[in-house]
Amino acid sequence: METIVQEIQGVPLNHYILFCSLIFTIGVIGVLIRRNVIIIMMSIELMLNSVNLLLTAFSAHSGDPSGQVFVFFIMALAAAEVAVGLAIIVMVYRNTRSVDINALNRLRG
Amino acid sequence: MSIFYFVAFLSIFFALMTIFAKNPVHSVLYLVITFFTFTIHYILLNAQFLAIVNFIVYMGAIMVLFLFVLMLLNLNKDTEPLKSNLVKVMGVIAGMCLLVTLAGSFRVLQATGVDIVENTEIGLVGNLGKVLFSEFLLPFEISSILLLTAMVGAVLLAKNDPKNA
Amino acid sequence: MIDLIWLIPLLPLVGFLVNGLGRNVLPKSLVGVVGCGVVLISFLLSCGVFSTIYTLRQAGESATFTQPVFDWIGAGSAQVSLSFLVDPLSAVMLLIVTGIGFLIHVYSIGYMQHDAGFAKFFAYLNLFIFFMLLLVLGSNYIVMFIGWEGVGLCSYLLIGFWFKNSSYASAAKKAFVMNRIGDLGFLIAVFAIFATFGTFEFAGIFPQAANMTMGDTTLLLITLLLFVAATGKSAQIPLFTWLPDAMAGPTPVSALIHAATMVTAGIYMIARSNILFTLSPITLQIVAAIGICTALLAAAIAVTQNDIKKVLAYSTVSQLGYMFLGLGVGAFTGAFFHVITHAFFKALLFLGAGSVIHAMSDEQDMRNMGGLKKHLPVTYLTMLIGTVAIAGIPPLSGFFSKDEILAHAFAHSKVLWVLGFMGALFTAFYMFRMLFLTFFGQFRGTSAQASHLHESPPTMTVPLVVLAVLAALGGFLNVPAALGGQHALANFLAPVFAESVEKVGEAHLEHSTEYVLMGISALAAIVMAVVAYRQYVSKAVVPVADDVPRSGLSRLSYRKFYVDELYDTLIVRPLNALSVFFYRKVDRGGIDGVVNGLGSATGESGKGIRLLQSGNVGFYIFMMVIAVVALLAYGVFNG
Repeated sequence: METIVQEIQGVPLNHYILFCSLIFTIGVIGVLIRRNVIIIMMSIELMLNSVNLLLTAFSAHSGDPSGQVFVFFIMALAAAEVAVGLAIIVMVYRNTRSVDINALNRLRG
Repeated sequence: MSIFYFVAFLSIFFALMTIFAKNPVHSVLYLVITFFTFTIHYILLNAQFLAIVNFIVYMGAIMVLFLFVLMLLNLNKDTEPLKSNLVKVMGVIAGMCLLVTLAGSFRVLQATGVDIVENTEIGLVGNLGKVLFSEFLLPFEISSILLLTAMVGAVLLAKNDPKNA
Repeated sequence: MIDLIWLIPLLPLVGFLVNGLGRNVLPKSLVGVVGCGVVLISFLLSCGVFSTIYTLRQAGESATFTQPVFDWIGAGSAQVSLSFLVDPLSAVMLLIVTGIGFLIHVYSIGYMQHDAGFAKFFAYLNLFIFFMLLLVLGSNYIVMFIGWEGVGLCSYLLIGFWFKNSSYASAAKKAFVMNRIGDLGFLIAVFAIFATFGTFEFAGIFPQAANMTMGDTTLLLITLLLFVAATGKSAQIPLFTWLPDAMAGPTPVSALIHAATMVTAGIYMIARSNILFTLSPITLQIVAAIGICTALLAAAIAVTQNDIKKVLAYSTVSQLGYMFLGLGVGAFTGAFFHVITHAFFKALLFLGAGSVIHAMSDEQDMRNMGGLKKHLPVTYLTMLIGTVAIAGIPPLSGFFSKDEILAHAFAHSKVLWVLGFMGALFTAFYMFRMLFLTFFGQFRGTSAQASHLHESPPTMTVPLVVLAVLAALGGFLNVPAALGGQHALANFLAPVFAESVEKVGEAHLEHSTEYVLMGISALAAIVMAVVAYRQYVSKAVVPVADDVPRSGLSRLSYRKFYVDELYDTLIVRPLNALSVFFYRKVDRGGIDGVVNGLGSATGESGKGIRLLQSGNVGFYIFMMVIAVVALLAYGVFNG
C-alpha cells in the first residue's frame, strides 16, 4: 500500500485540477445537451463527484482531513437530493406523462 | 504514476459515453462505471473510507435509484427526442468555454503543487473518524436530520393522494 | 378730516363685500342703498379733504399730506408701505371719482332695474371705485400699480357683464389683454425707477429727479415705458382698439369707466410724474405726436359711425388724445382741466345715450332713431348741453379747457395747433350729427319701439341734470387771464407742477393772439354745427345701410381704418400660429413624446426582456453557464 501511495504522490496537483475540471465540464455539457430530466440529474451527480475528487486530492496533498470530511457531507447531501429529486420527477411524470424538460415551461413569461 | 493517467483516461471516456448515449439505461450503466473509476482514484489517494462510501452509497444506492425510476417510467427505449443541432453545438461551445476559463484561471492563479505530503494516513477510517466526531460533530448530526427530512419529503411527494387518485 | 383719508377707499370696498356676498339674499332696494350710500359717504369725506386742502392753498401753503396705513413689503432695501398721499391733484381727482361715481351709481339703480345681476353690478362698481381711489390716493408707485391693475380687472368684469354673449366676453378679453400690454410697461418702469432712485415713494423720487440733467437717458427710458402704460390704459395709438369694443358693457359702465375715470388714469399718472417727463423732452414730443394722431384718427372714424355708443367711444379716444397733446406741450394744468370738463360732459353724454337706448328698448343704431326730442325732453336738453360743451362753444366748459390746450400747442408749434384745430372741427361735426340724427326729424324706428318711448325715471334723469349743470358751468373753474379770469385751477394745482414749470418756464402768449385763437375755434365750432344741421335736419340725410357699398374715405372711416384687421394679421394670427406650433410640435410632439417615449421604451424593453423568460430550464442553465464563464474570466483576468 505504501509504495503504491508513494508512487502515486508523484502526480502533481495541477493534473488533478485539470482532470476534475474536465469531468466537471463534461457534466455541464451533459446538462446543456440532454432533454431527458433523469439524464440531466445524472450529469449533476457527475459534477458533484468531480468536486469530491478534487477536494480529496487537495486534502491528501496538504494533509488536512477536513477536505475529506467535507466530501463525506457532500455525499450525504447528494443522496438526499437524489431522493427528493427523483420523487419530484415521478410526480411530474404522473401529471404530464413526459420527462422532457422542454415540456415543463409553465413558468413562461 | 501511469495508473493514475490510465484510470483518468477511463473516467473521461466513460463520462463522455454517459452524456452521449442515446438509450438512458445505457447512460446509467456508463455512469456506474465512471463512479467505479472514481473509487479507484480515491484509493490511489489513500482515502480509503471515502472510496468505500463512494462505492456503496453512490454506486449501490443512488444509481440503483436512478435505474429504478427509469424502469418505473418505462424509459428503456430512446423515446426522447434530442435537442436541435444548434442547441447542442451551443451547449458544447459553452462547456468548452467553461473549461478554458477554468484551466486558464488555474494557470494564472498558479496553484503550486505541494508535492511532499507529511501525513498519508489521514484517509484511514480511524483517523477520519477522530476528526469527524470531534471537530465536525454538529454538521454530522445535522446531516442526519437532513437525511430524515429528505426521506419524509420523498415519501410525501410520491404518495398517491387518496382523494385525487 | 385728513386723518380719515383711509376711510375713503375702504367704504367702497365694504360696499363691494356686502353686495357681493349678499347678492342672492339682499333685496334690490337695499343693494341700491348700500351701493350708492358708500360712494356718497366717500364723496362727503372727499369734500371735507378738499376743503382742508383748499383753505391751505388759499393761505398760500403747499398742502401735501401723507398718511401711512401699514408697512407691507420689507425686502432689504425695497420698502413698500400702503400709504396715501393727498395733495391738490389727488384732492380734485377724489372729488371727480367719488362725485361722478355717485351720480352714475344712482343712475344705475334705474338703468339696471330689470337685470338679474343687479347686486353683482353694484358690487363690481363699488370694487372699481375702490381700486380707482387706491390709484389716485397712492403715495408710491406700487400702490398706484395695485389700483392700476385693479381698475383693469374691474373693467374686464364690467365690460363682460353680460358674459353669456360670447362677443361681449371677447370684447372684455380684448380690453384686458391690451391693458396688460401697457401694464408691462408700467412694471418695467417701476423697476427702473427703483433701480435709479432706490425708493418707490413719490416724495422720495421727485426731489431726486429734479436734480437730474435734462434729457437724461435713464429718465427717457422710464418715461417712455410709463407712456406705454398710459397708451394702454387711456386708449391711445397703438392700444386704443379696445375702447370702442368696450361699449359691449352696460352704459353706466361706459360712462364711469370709459369716460370719466379709468381712462383718465394715464393722464393722472403722467401728471403725477410730471417732473420725470419734463426732464425728457423727447418723450414729451412723442406724447404730443401720438396724442394728436390719436385725436385725429378717432375723430375721422367717428364721423361715419352709426351706433350711438360707438360715436361717443371714438369721441372719448379723440378727447383723450387732446389731453395727451396738452401734456406733451407742457400744459399740465390744461390737460388736467380737460380731464375734469371731459368727465362732466362725457359722462353726461353717455348717460343720456343710455337713457335714449333705454327708451328705444335697447336699440342703439341712430339710423332707427329720430325725432326723439318730443318724447325725451329732459334727455334732449341735457344732451344738447353736453354736445355744445364738447364742441367747444363758449361759454360752456369744453371751450375753456380745449382752448387752453390749443393755446399751449400754438405756443409750442404751429403745426400742432393746426392739427388740433382740424380735430376740433371734426369733433363739433360728428357730435352735432349724433344729436341731430337722434333727436330731430322723423321717427325712423318700428312701431313697437314707438309705443314704448318714454322719458326715463327720475333716478336716471336727476344725474343727467346735475351733470348738465356741471358741464355748463365747469369752465369757470379756470378762466384764463386773457378773459379776465383768475386761473383758479392753475393756482390751486401750482405746487404739483412747480418743479416742471421751473425747468421749462411758462408759455406766454400775447393776449391778442389768444383772443384770435379763441375766436377762430369758437367760430369754427359754430360753423360745423350749422353744416351738420343743414346735412341732417334740413336735407334729412340718413346714413346708408350697412350693405350699401361705400367709397374711398367714407369706407376707410366706416371700417375704422382697418386697424383691427391690421392687428389681427400682424399680431394675432402669427401668435396663434406660433401657439399652434408650440402645441403640436413642442408640447405634444416633443415633451409628451419624451415622457410617453420613456414609458413606451420601458414597456417595449420589458416586452423584449420578457422573452428571456421562456420557461425552458435548459435555456436558463445555458445562461447560467455563460454568466459563470464571464464572471470567472473577468474576475481572474482583469480583477
